[in-house]
Amino acid sequence: MTVFAFIFYLFAISTVLGGLMTVISRNPVHSVLWLILAFLSAAGLFVTLGAEFVAMLLIIVYVGAVAVLFLFVVMMLDVDFAELKAEMSKYLPLGLLIGVVILMQMAIAFGSWGFADGAMGRIAAPTGEAENTAALGLLIYDKYIILFQLAGLILLVAMIGAIVLTLRHRVDIKRQNVMAQMHRDPAKAMELKDVKPGQGL
Amino acid sequence: MISADIQTVLPEILLSLYAMGALMAAVYTIKDGAAALLTWVTAGVFVLLAVWIGINGDGTTTAFGGMFVEDAFARFAKIIILLSAAIVLLMSEGYMARRNLLRFEYPLLVALAVVGMMVMVSAGDLMALYMGLELQSLSLYVVASLRRDSAKSTEAGLKYFVLGALSSGLLLYGASLTYGFAGTTLFSGIIDALQDDVSLGLLFGLVFLLAGFAFKVSAAPFHMWTPDVYEGSPTPVTAFFATAPKVAAMALFARVVHDAFGGIVGEWQQIVAFLAVVSMFLGAIAAIGQRDIKRLMAYSSIAHMGFALMGLAAGTALGVQAMLIYMAIYVTMNIGTFALILSMEKDGRPVTDIQALQSYSKRDPLMALVMLVMMFSLAGVPPMLGFFGKFYVLRAAYDAGLGWLAVAGVIASVIGAFYYLRIVYYVYFGADQDGTDSRPTPVLWTAAVITGLIVALAWLPGVNLFGIEPVAAAAAETLVN
Repeated sequence: MTVFAFIFYLFAISTVLGGLMTVISRNPVHSVLWLILAFLSAAGLFVTLGAEFVAMLLIIVYVGAVAVLFLFVVMMLDVDFAELKAEMSKYLPLGLLIGVVILMQMAIAFGSWGFADGAMGRIAAPTGEAENTAALGLLIYDKYIILFQLAGLILLVAMIGAIVLTLRHRVDIKRQNVMAQMHRDPAKAMELKDVKPGQGL
Repeated sequence: MISADIQTVLPEILLSLYAMGALMAAVYTIKDGAAALLTWVTAGVFVLLAVWIGINGDGTTTAFGGMFVEDAFARFAKIIILLSAAIVLLMSEGYMARRNLLRFEYPLLVALAVVGMMVMVSAGDLMALYMGLELQSLSLYVVASLRRDSAKSTEAGLKYFVLGALSSGLLLYGASLTYGFAGTTLFSGIIDALQDDVSLGLLFGLVFLLAGFAFKVSAAPFHMWTPDVYEGSPTPVTAFFATAPKVAAMALFARVVHDAFGGIVGEWQQIVAFLAVVSMFLGAIAAIGQRDIKRLMAYSSIAHMGFALMGLAAGTALGVQAMLIYMAIYVTMNIGTFALILSMEKDGRPVTDIQALQSYSKRDPLMALVMLVMMFSLAGVPPMLGFFGKFYVLRAAYDAGLGWLAVAGVIASVIGAFYYLRIVYYVYFGADQDGTDSRPTPVLWTAAVITGLIVALAWLPGVNLFGIEPVAAAAAETLVN
């Protein structure tokens, strides 16, 4: 076994282990930590493929942002995971059965996997001088520019959606009006009356 | 080269720019006060673009290295999508304003969804397909839960989102298997790679892709979300769901099976035929027990998608032509039916119970007549328009040697006629009771009467289905060759 194969199997096994433990561990915080292990191992796999930019992206975006967000959500939301688990265990046998069936079907599909003529050549990594980041930039901003712009539109829709569904303008509270405060004229705001003794206003 | 590419996608770019500009303009000025105006302007933009695409479009052009295809098929679908979205927007304005739902984001989200649909029908690449699909779906999830204070509406949005994400996952998995086999995501490359024998793994990919599409067109057995989403969403949004997105998803389905998998018709034909049979029967039988007209329309749409898929299952140019004609007719019928549903109300509150339609003909004879025409047409009773749609797909299936499928379609159609005719029975011979009032706004009244006339009179010799047949034939010809 070469060093390369050893590294591949190391990362591959820890990815699968991390994924498995994410699903079956009892404590949701542990689940998130196992998920981070799965992400890190997947990043290692990307490095062995020669895609170091994607590997760094996976660590920065998924481990750095998404997993931490998950952790916060798990800790802050008051979700009774034990109850959810109990609910889930009812469907566990059926789910396992379906999972096993799908796994066997996948084994059949991948066992007799064949490529179309010339597919290997099209899939192969580019052999240019450009490094990862530059090559990706050339693809994203040139060849796939329309997809990049469409992804931008999708994010815009996500933002509009989040605002539409959550922003509520409450009318039953008093708000600070800065302009009104600044334009307040002390001379007009208060009126002094000289009340003579023994007389009302 | 980039200028030629931009020329090709100009309608999509203009619509996106309009949506972004209008969003900014409304946010910084009067916000929801501009909603009614924006609804009308957006509908106007849709109509203008449809006219522009209809007049300017010519031949087949591809842009961005084949990722975007502009041909007669895409133009046909885009014009139906734009016009139906415009009409549904206009119909929804009054209803939403009265129920305090009219927010300025609504027409803009619809506009962005329409951009997604236009990309879907023009996609020439698995990635472009997915981008268009997600843009459309994400906008639809938001408008489904537009009525935030109603548990049913938020449930509809959440259910649609979770199941939609699942189906997107299936679709992506299928796309990755296809890419793994062919080594390219371009449809033109995939069809070249599939010339000789295909591996079992590619068939798995094909099945996953088709399952994802079946979810988007709500074909059984991937229909579970449809009744709940149709019932929970605000009625104008339901009307929108039942028209433009269905056309876009169906056109996408046709484009992928013919443009990318056109070399292995026999492999997907059986899957599509299965989806068609199950949808037709499930839609026909499950609708019988429904008491809510929106749920009933959901099952009706499942059945109709089954018929449209029957045209696709034929795997011929005639089949695609029949499918396009069927979708155009289906959209027309649904616009008319939803114009009536939107005007059903009692004491100022919308009603959706079909029992409330009892003896409707005594209260509003004209609208009752339109209802009769629509229900007869949805059931496929000649000489209404719906009959011709069914006739085309049945002929296409029969000509392609799928006689058993055509027979199954006729049987399902007869079963389905029961619940449409029951509504007609309620409207004309129902118990004399205090049912729904009909208060169609001028827009709804016009939409109902015009679609009623189209549906009832399109068979006249001089009208000849408004000359849609040669246009659809030309569109189908560009796809299947």
